[in-house]
Amino acid sequence: MHPTMGLRRGLKLPDSEIAVQHNLKHHFADMEQQKETSTFGMWVFLVTEIMFFGGMFAAYLIYRLSYYNAWVAGSQTMEIQLGAINTAVLICSSLTMVMAVHSAKLGNRKLTAIFLILTLALGFAFLGIKGVEYHTHWVHHEVPGADFHFEHAGNYDPRQVAIFFSLYFAMTGMHAMHMIIGAGLLTWLLIANARGRFSPSYNSPVEMVGLYWHFVDLIWIYLFPLLYLISHHHNG
Amino acid sequence: MSEHAHPTVKTFVAVWASLLVLTALTVFAATLELGPLNAIVALTIATIKALLVLLFFMELRYSTALTKVAVVAAIFFLMLLAGLTLSDYLTRGWSSYINPFLH
Repeated sequence: MHPTMGLRRGLKLPDSEIAVQHNLKHHFADMEQQKETSTFGMWVFLVTEIMFFGGMFAAYLIYRLSYYNAWVAGSQTMEIQLGAINTAVLICSSLTMVMAVHSAKLGNRKLTAIFLILTLALGFAFLGIKGVEYHTHWVHHEVPGADFHFEHAGNYDPRQVAIFFSLYFAMTGMHAMHMIIGAGLLTWLLIANARGRFSPSYNSPVEMVGLYWHFVDLIWIYLFPLLYLISHHHNG
Repeated sequence: MSEHAHPTVKTFVAVWASLLVLTALTVFAATLELGPLNAIVALTIATIKALLVLLFFMELRYSTALTKVAVVAAIFFLMLLAGLTLSDYLTRGWSSYINPFLH
């Protein structure tokens, strides 16, 4: 039997007080301290994520300066419309995520569920569109490997374009993997929310997944211009 | 720390709309021939978007000083990573040693 069960029967504590006692881990002084610790811990994790993606961004930057012509040629195979739509999809999913956190803080379970489902749906829409793009690259033999073939039409070595595509798939692939993990986390939140785990006094998991989801949006905010836009009007 | 100040739904919708407008703007800017400025314009817009997401969606504006320090440290080390790596690569041609990456 859970320790708060006796309290609930005997002392007639208000529900919010029971929720606090149930969710407060013994090594924290109060809910406030516990929440600040979660937030800081999540940010430290996100900082390591920033450095992880930062390494790939640095590699991309150096190669673009070294193999500029090949980089322009590779970049111009990207479909800007699809990239732009996906950017909008992610921005909308960030809004629905922030609304899910807001609803959870107000203790509105129904709205929390609706916004979590919308976020999940937009996440899958993003992955679907990304899948269409990957398929086009696959069909055009633009996936690095034995089957790689690039129409050579400029002052560069086609193998340099293969390096561009390697980084393109590494960066967007790692980004997509983060989205898939995010979809898993959203599903977990949906189940916990349906079981009534969150309340105005305890909603840190929703908020932490929110931070993660926005971080994934943040990475895409830089991937989109770097991969799709900046070489659009340049000559390779 | 402003005690328990929290952004309102209105703020979220305004940030969302700004992000969409900035996305349209950056796509439009890519259709212009600006030479090296294309990258600078695109990355400036991206950074404004990133700041909007960080400050309002991720509520950094309302976070504790400790959290802000962690994020600023990340940005600092990211600059260090890009800055020092580029200062190496971009100056290799200046070296009087034989450069294995160029020959």
